[in-house]
Amino acid sequence: MTPVIETQGLTKQYGSIVAVRDLNLRLQAGEVYGLLGPNGSGKTTTILMLLGLTEPTAGTASVLGFDPLRNPLEVKRRVGYMPDSVGFYDELTAAENLQYTARLNGIPAADAGVRITEVLARMGLTQVAHRPVATFSRGMRQRLGLADVLLKRPEIAILDEPTMGLDPEAAHEFLELIRGLKAEGITVLLASHLLHQVQAVCDRVGLFHRGRMVLEGTVEALTTRVLGGAYRIRVEARPDNLERTFRSIPGVVGVVAERPGLYHLEAQQDCRSEVARRVVSEGGQLLGLGLERSSLDDVYTRYFQEARGEA
Amino acid sequence: MKREGSPWTGLWAVVFKELADNLSSTRMRLLEGLIFLTAVGTVFAATQTLRTVAEPAAQDPVIFLRIFSLQVRLGEAELPSFVAFMGFLVPLMGIALAFDSINGEYLRRTMSRVLAQPIYRDAVLMGKFLAGMATLATTLTALWLLVTGLSMIRLGVVPEPREVARGFAFLLATLAYGGVWLALAMVCSVHFRQPATSAMAALAVWLFFAVFWEILAGLIFNVVSAVASGGPEAADALDRFRLFLSRLNPNTLYSETVLVLLNPEIRTLGPLLALVVQLEAAGAIPRTLLPLSQSLLLVWPQVTGLVAAVILLFATAYVLFQRQEVRA
Repeated sequence: MTPVIETQGLTKQYGSIVAVRDLNLRLQAGEVYGLLGPNGSGKTTTILMLLGLTEPTAGTASVLGFDPLRNPLEVKRRVGYMPDSVGFYDELTAAENLQYTARLNGIPAADAGVRITEVLARMGLTQVAHRPVATFSRGMRQRLGLADVLLKRPEIAILDEPTMGLDPEAAHEFLELIRGLKAEGITVLLASHLLHQVQAVCDRVGLFHRGRMVLEGTVEALTTRVLGGAYRIRVEARPDNLERTFRSIPGVVGVVAERPGLYHLEAQQDCRSEVARRVVSEGGQLLGLGLERSSLDDVYTRYFQEARGEA
Repeated sequence: MKREGSPWTGLWAVVFKELADNLSSTRMRLLEGLIFLTAVGTVFAATQTLRTVAEPAAQDPVIFLRIFSLQVRLGEAELPSFVAFMGFLVPLMGIALAFDSINGEYLRRTMSRVLAQPIYRDAVLMGKFLAGMATLATTLTALWLLVTGLSMIRLGVVPEPREVARGFAFLLATLAYGGVWLALAMVCSVHFRQPATSAMAALAVWLFFAVFWEILAGLIFNVVSAVASGGPEAADALDRFRLFLSRLNPNTLYSETVLVLLNPEIRTLGPLLALVVQLEAAGAIPRTLLPLSQSLLLVWPQVTGLVAAVILLFATAYVLFQRQEVRA
């Protein structure tokens, strides 16, 4: 399968500051790819280069077979982009804002009306379609932003910080909507600094640090690689001197006693049943046992701790 | 590297959106109200004067053009002519239309969303400029028709074709003059990130040319003439220099253009103007009216200057805008 987005040695320099350094990115059709990293690590610059809105200092990019530098119109016709903290014309209504986008895309008026109704309904904005955007909440604006992206029926959707500023519930809903795009066959590239929030929807992620992509792969692969064990098991048990018992369980690579009676195990496989058996056979009391999803935040923090340690 | 696709893609979408915005904005309504009051006020005052002067109105062959340029005395105070009012209302309107056109989009965070649509930046800038010009043209035409119509009612005379033609030329010249300020405000809106700063900068330039340029030109002239020496040829060169300095000001270009277009008896501009007027008054030269084509020839350089200023300013805005980073 040919990649839909491919970059080779993509680099952007602002004066002496390197915003993006030697980036090689490949996105397959239909996947959800997370471009993750803290603010100012080069995510937005990468996106702008993919859309031909800023010129790379070196390297090449190809989006759906087009060069964004030479043929930005063809790229932008097929790629929807939602900028971070997306803005609308406040005095116009939601439908009027989308109408402008439709006209800019050259969608015929008759077709545009149908599409606008459709995308507004899909984003749950039908009720407020004819209200000025000035009255919209942050979450509604964000959904209108996604409606704006879907209006052109894109092959690729690029979303910059889609969950920023949303409350947890709204963020969760929004991620559900993004998952819906994948089901439709739209390739999604999303950039975010809220690693733990978006890790659930990403098929693959690339972690950015100071303009460089330092880690890439599925969330599981990255956690295994960086955190050692892919499984983090939380055990509450009595008495509180079970550390050695846990260490002798095959597969367990690390034990941390957070406080007396509360342990965090790092394991290469799911060995919860073995943990339970050991606690009981030692005559202890098992009060709690659970699997914790390791978060990308941990991966990120750990990776840079190690990187600093080596340096 | 050559980019593909037409820079005009989406131009009309931008033009119509901006035009709708312009025409419905409160800012425009205020200005239109102001201009409307000015028009009605000056026309009433001018027609009143024309009706009461000793010379019967019918004897003046271009009475309709007088309405635009007549200065009226109201008791002690002198009311500026319609043209003089336009001289400062049109720049104000041009600046009001464009001072936040580009930075406003950044401020509302709509710029990156609009540029992510399949259009080039060219379409955004050009569309906004064309919409501004169309708004100016609409307002000025309405105003022109209003003045002409009111005058017809007040004077009871129908304008002759040559008067209409001259009035139309005046309208186009005013549009070009408005275009200069529109383009200037656009440059400011690209360069300054805050609309307030951009408005202040554009108004400062306007004030500079309206008030200080003559003073500055006088100073420069004095310095140059103090060191210059020579016979009558040098004096002539100095006169030309003075004229050149004052014509760097768009206001001068506009007022000269309007003077010639609305006064068919004016045959020359510059140092000879006073002399010709004197000779005419003395009866040495017959007092005749120039045909429109001759008047147009006379102001062709001025009009070219105004249009050139518009193009130059727009090109500046274009270059600045193309080089700007999209991220705010």
